[in-house]
Amino acid sequence: MATKKLTGSQAVLEACIAEGADTIFGYPGGAIMPIYDALYDYNDQLKHILVRHEQGGIHAGQGYARTSGKVGVVFATSGPGATNLVTGLADAMIDSTPLVCITGQVFAHLLGTDAFQETDIINITMPITKWNYQVTDATEIPGVLAKAFYLARSGRPGPVLIDISKNAQIQSFDYEGYTPCNHIRSYRPKPVIRKNYIDEAVELINNAKKPLVIFGQGVILGKAEKEFKKFIEKSGMPAAWTILGLSALPTDHPQNVGMLGMHGNYGPNVLTNECDVLIAVGMRFDDRVTGRLDKYAKQAKVIHLDIDPSEIDKNVKATVGVWGDCKETLPLLTLGIQEKDRSEWLKVFAEYTQKEYDQCIKEEIYPSGKEMTMGEVIRIVNETTKGDAVMVTDVGQHQMVTCRYAKFNESRSNVTSGGLGTMGFGLPAAIGAKFGAQERTVIAVIGDGGIQMTIQEFGTIMQTGVDVKIMILNNQFLGMVRQWQELFNEKRYSFVDIESPDYVMVAKAYGIAGAKVDDRKDIVSAIQTMLAHKGSYMLEVMVGKENNVFPMVPQGCSVSEIRLK
Amino acid sequence: METNTEKQEYTITVYTENQVGLLNRIAIIFSRRKINVESLNTSPSEIAGIHRFTIVVMESRDVVLKVVRQIEKQVEVLKAYFNTNDEIVWQELALYKVLSEEITEKVKVERLLREYGARAVAIRKDFIVFETTGHREETNRLMQALEPFGLVEFVRSARVAIIKESSGFHEKLKDFENREPSEEVIENEYLNKRETVFTM
Repeated sequence: MATKKLTGSQAVLEACIAEGADTIFGYPGGAIMPIYDALYDYNDQLKHILVRHEQGGIHAGQGYARTSGKVGVVFATSGPGATNLVTGLADAMIDSTPLVCITGQVFAHLLGTDAFQETDIINITMPITKWNYQVTDATEIPGVLAKAFYLARSGRPGPVLIDISKNAQIQSFDYEGYTPCNHIRSYRPKPVIRKNYIDEAVELINNAKKPLVIFGQGVILGKAEKEFKKFIEKSGMPAAWTILGLSALPTDHPQNVGMLGMHGNYGPNVLTNECDVLIAVGMRFDDRVTGRLDKYAKQAKVIHLDIDPSEIDKNVKATVGVWGDCKETLPLLTLGIQEKDRSEWLKVFAEYTQKEYDQCIKEEIYPSGKEMTMGEVIRIVNETTKGDAVMVTDVGQHQMVTCRYAKFNESRSNVTSGGLGTMGFGLPAAIGAKFGAQERTVIAVIGDGGIQMTIQEFGTIMQTGVDVKIMILNNQFLGMVRQWQELFNEKRYSFVDIESPDYVMVAKAYGIAGAKVDDRKDIVSAIQTMLAHKGSYMLEVMVGKENNVFPMVPQGCSVSEIRLK
Repeated sequence: METNTEKQEYTITVYTENQVGLLNRIAIIFSRRKINVESLNTSPSEIAGIHRFTIVVMESRDVVLKVVRQIEKQVEVLKAYFNTNDEIVWQELALYKVLSEEITEKVKVERLLREYGARAVAIRKDFIVFETTGHREETNRLMQALEPFGLVEFVRSARVAIIKESSGFHEKLKDFENREPSEEVIENEYLNKRETVFTM
């Protein structure tokens, strides 16, 4: 093959194009200038979104990856540009989000000299990247980038960071074309499936009287939503989800029994400690899901499906570990399991649901008091969108309420920071989510705390014209911490009383239309106006100051000790 | 049956690609969990280009199992094993520097060498350097023997260990290079010893 001369920078962009990246979120700076210079000529093939802060860039990349199912690409410069990616990398690592982050680095001959904007980003990000690598020679770029994209998306996905010294970006070399990577000898994206544990799992399920399926993001990451549905439908098992598994199964599916964990639903939490077989699919038994581990599902035989061998037996000992990609293992299980009618068992869940509705949900979504509630707002959103919108949340009470009450018809519709709990995630992630799913309505639900952490991304919305509906649920508190202080610290409200700017004015300053609602009579039309608006819209809703999210499994308690109030 | 929560010495053997920064990636798996690394050695392995880490920790089997899986998850790690002391043959090397004057006057050097299996690797007018290899207790014994005579410097190497039941990495590496590797390569044979669940 004929070779041509390319610079390292051009090779980076060629790699992005070859890997199908259509959108890049980034921010230029000294050490990444050669790549940005090359980008000037690639403008017709690569859309670059100029964010207002690198953290916004990486969260946008995450939002994009979550709705599109593709690898998010993020550019940042060296030093502070690179360190501003750290929160997003940690978030993507714990939530298994595929990202390729390219950072500029100082000239190779300056490495280790404390040069201007030099930071050791490789070592800083080592525990929060699936893989990272420093390039100091342009000839390495095609191979390293191919490896980066392959690693980010294959197996259990995760963030990859490639740090490229400025000299390598400038350097010309003989480019021999781009070859995607699909094998690294020291890397096994997924374990081989063994018949024996499939058989053992099938037998356990067939003999189970009260099986409970709990599923996580593995179903979505494995693009196994159909396979999952077939699996639970064949044997009629109830299925409950983790916060990142949300939307993999439609909300109104008759076997969808709700959310697990600290603010999850009553039935799935209590009945976790009553089921006889617990089938965990693509989830990792996070402490927010399990509560107190030594009192978690002790009576049950546990079947754990995971693509990552290190997850099996990590927190909960599996009776049968089903190692493998759930897109492949689920159909094998479905093949073996018997068709069963488990309506009696599902009825038990329904009874719990009713009890929860009566004691908790009803007042939250149809409040009798004067103050509006977050649950009420989400209910009205549901009624307007019919469950077709992508819901992006920040972190805190509004996040729990949105995940509990929002309706979803299709997968990849819930974007939230689950494992890391990153406040400030919502707004930039919503921008990325919209670029990843342009035909869909994207609604960001954000608290008055989180919005102020990354509010600068209003600028990105202004400049790109991206259509994101932003709902600020303002309770004039850092609500979740306040709730804990109320319940566990005798209402000693220590620094949770947070003031807000006039959000409508802030939005207006950025050219974003907006409104504020503090009266129930206006809320339906306000939400309708927001959704009907062409382009971005900011709606601030004043909600009850001291509302709490219930049910709740207090920290250190067993899931069966869940409190309804 | 050994209990899984009792702490004992485990030797972790890791086969890796030769890559800058990998030492750090492996080290932070321990430090993140506040596990003290008792000894760490990096060396070439039986295969050119493949590195071999030997890491000694004092931990329970449960913890070691999890840590080993995290190590194996690293992209450039081919394989990680862990073994108790009775499953390996191991050695450490120690060097001892003593003042010539002191030692030749007061000690029968030949007897010392014989008794401790030591040898003199440097003999100078002013000092002598002895060397022994063995288990920790053995190298410790000579240190104690020399202490009364003014041990000037002492240094001990990390543990190097051979796994008794291993048949080496040559065959496995061929497997790793295949796109469709055999089952054995994919999973961890240390799980063999687990209850019936993972029979492989």
